[in-house]
Amino acid sequence: MANFQLLVVSLCRISKPPTHTYKYMTVKIKKGLDVKLSGSPRQTETENISSQNYAVHPDDFPGFTAKTAVKEKDTVKIGSPLLYDKYRPYMKIVSPVSGTITAVNRGEKRRLINITIHNDGKNDQIKFNTANAKTPEKIKEILAQAGLFAFIKQRPYDIIANPTDVPRDIFVSAFSSAPLAPNPDFIIKKQEEEFQCGLNTLASLTPGKIYLAINNKIKNTALRKAKNVEIVEFNGPHPAGNAGLQINRIKPINKGETVWTTDLQAVAYIGQFMKNGAIDLNRPVALTGPEVKPNERRYFKTLPGVAINEWLKNRLASDEKYLRIISGNVLTGTNIGAQGYLRYGDNCITVIPEGNNKNEFLGWISPGINKYSVSTSFISRIIDIFRRREYSIDARIKGGKRAMIMSEEWDKVFPMDDILPEYLIRAIITSNIEKMENLGIYEVAPEDFALCEFVDTSKMELQKIVREGLDKLYKEMN
Amino acid sequence: MNFLRKYIDKIKPNFEQGGRWHTFRSVFEGLETFLFVPNTTSKTGVHIHDANDSKRTMTIVIIALLPCLLFGMYNAGYQHYQALGQYPDFQTTFLFGFLSVMPIVIVSYLVGLGIEFTVAQLKGEEIQEGFLVSGLLIPLVVSIDTPLWMIAVATAFAVIFAKEAFGGTGFNVWNVALVTRAFLFFAYPSKISGESVFVRTDSVLGFGAGKITDAFSGATPLGQIGTATQSVQITDTIGNTLSQWDMFLGLIPGSIGETSKLCILIGAIILITTGIANWRIMLSVFVGGVVTAQIFNVIGTTPSMQIPPFEHILLGGFAFGAVFMATDPVTSCRTRNGKYIFGFLTGTLAILIRILNPGYPEGMMLAILLMNSFAPLIDHVVVEGNVKRRLKRINKR
Repeated sequence: MANFQLLVVSLCRISKPPTHTYKYMTVKIKKGLDVKLSGSPRQTETENISSQNYAVHPDDFPGFTAKTAVKEKDTVKIGSPLLYDKYRPYMKIVSPVSGTITAVNRGEKRRLINITIHNDGKNDQIKFNTANAKTPEKIKEILAQAGLFAFIKQRPYDIIANPTDVPRDIFVSAFSSAPLAPNPDFIIKKQEEEFQCGLNTLASLTPGKIYLAINNKIKNTALRKAKNVEIVEFNGPHPAGNAGLQINRIKPINKGETVWTTDLQAVAYIGQFMKNGAIDLNRPVALTGPEVKPNERRYFKTLPGVAINEWLKNRLASDEKYLRIISGNVLTGTNIGAQGYLRYGDNCITVIPEGNNKNEFLGWISPGINKYSVSTSFISRIIDIFRRREYSIDARIKGGKRAMIMSEEWDKVFPMDDILPEYLIRAIITSNIEKMENLGIYEVAPEDFALCEFVDTSKMELQKIVREGLDKLYKEMN
Repeated sequence: MNFLRKYIDKIKPNFEQGGRWHTFRSVFEGLETFLFVPNTTSKTGVHIHDANDSKRTMTIVIIALLPCLLFGMYNAGYQHYQALGQYPDFQTTFLFGFLSVMPIVIVSYLVGLGIEFTVAQLKGEEIQEGFLVSGLLIPLVVSIDTPLWMIAVATAFAVIFAKEAFGGTGFNVWNVALVTRAFLFFAYPSKISGESVFVRTDSVLGFGAGKITDAFSGATPLGQIGTATQSVQITDTIGNTLSQWDMFLGLIPGSIGETSKLCILIGAIILITTGIANWRIMLSVFVGGVVTAQIFNVIGTTPSMQIPPFEHILLGGFAFGAVFMATDPVTSCRTRNGKYIFGFLTGTLAILIRILNPGYPEGMMLAILLMNSFAPLIDHVVVEGNVKRRLKRINKR
């Protein structure tokens, strides 16, 4: 009986519509939220951006115990190792540019903050012998040496994948559903061949399948008709594009299993690298957000680690003192400030008002005509039914931190099957490992809780809690 | 409001570490965040947050309670003058009610918030707004003739032992307002039940004096049913028959806020449309109550068993408890299926206690408190069910 119910449920969730010429599963996501943030990028030709200064931050690579491979004044080429893993020295993080190391910056207790590089503009590349890498072991080894594992993550734990693992499956999410995320059609343009080549390479690394998740907005045929993969269409609001949700709906992870997750650009990098034997990390990056001048909300082509100060100069709508500049999207990105650098895996820069200069009088009782909220206690929710509006949302927390008070608040934006977010968070807070396992910690990543954190009226730091829980679990298990 | 902001910024240093009035830091912070939305920005995690917060959530509940409070005031005056055989104009009636109810509201808030402020200060935490709702619920669930000192003692007991001892807002096991009422119920039973406490017959501040009419009896409808030995005709305090419409509008004796089902309905609509109270709990409480009352109707051997289900809902604190007390997110079930079970059992128990308990004609308070105790267990069962289903599904693939 239970099996029959399960069958009915799965049939309802995963059905094959007859309209597509190419057959693939379609999954409809119902719970979730598309935050109506203003400032989406225009689809124009990209402009190349370069800078004299670049930096690589070890914080961008969770699970990678960074040791420096260079010191000040060393010269590096594109593809030279900057960092290596303490426990797996063959794993490298490489330089996106050629030039000289200007500084190795450390913080408290000599914790490595970043390595800054002066770009000499010569674009000298290190050559790798990719033609000889035929076996999965050789391929993984050369990808690790070329620093491309920086773009592949594993579940459980949401950390950089381990090259010696054999993943059960590999999940490629072709799109991001986060607010103001770049358009995948735009990212894939002119990289179609590399993308397919990357998929072929990845396919040899797993005995299982490569699952490519797309959505109904994607038009590019390189994605819609990709070979060597199983395509699954995910439609619905954010987090439809999150790998965690996609794995949960396609083939959930059990204890002891490992899967790898990656994105469109990373697959194209891998394809490009395997074809040419050299690293080229150029990528389209969107400049978005309500505080970017409307004409400048568009795509640029640049490298990870580029200094943003010159790039953003004259492109911002107001004084940078009152702005928050985020590498990545507003839900999971990093606050980098006006003198920061584009972080390694990010494909957008989002600029929103900081909001620390705002003093809202008696805000808790105001009707809230212009405030964005999912709660119907704000008039704006009712106005929005009749009018499409986008909001400039600032970085204020807009309330005090509280204990868990309201119930089922997170469930409305948390579509993963058979995971109770509230109870999982409780298990993490109380460090109850057995409960965490039972409630599905192996399936989740901090980003899966971003929307819960956004809507939470108690303003709890859920992503931080999940990250700490995963780290604790990893230590316990390894 | 710039001048106010400037003034607050000016006096702020006095309340910070080492300042002159550091002792009152939590009070100052409470006042500051009350006046202005705090402009602290996010440090980790998401960079943007929903504009909703717990202050607003609590405020909406208070707004939803206001119709009940205002009507409760009017009804207090109405019952008083009816007992005297007088029928003055609306203003006089309301004023009398206002003068009798307001002291209870003030005492409840003063005692409760006083303790909360002190605890927040001692723990070095921000003042939390949880008691704003409890402090208004307390006057609405007590009888009008409860002495103020009893309210003070009961409130202090509830806030200290039922809330702060467990860790404050969000950690309490039982609904704070109901613990206050339960304390009164067990410590001073004569002040929360019986014929003499639900109608104020004395004057307030020399206002509304007079002689009680001979026909007067202060028994509430539930009291009348509870003490009847045969089939009963429910009447108001001076012997006129009450229709279901009267019971719905609420000009009947009872606890201050519970009598008007119309006002409770308005409150319920506010809470449900804003998504603050859970409609699943409300609905299942009513379903549980109706089903149980229907079953007893079939048995029908005592007068209280013969009360039709609809009348059960209209009488006593059933509707008020279902809308405002059972839905307390902290003390009720947190899982969706748990909510249905919790609500249904609350409704069932309330009617069961009403009908079968010979000593006291109302059951809502005890039903909710009892179910508050069982809520974590119900949730545990639901969560374990989820764990089993998850493992099954994963192992199947």
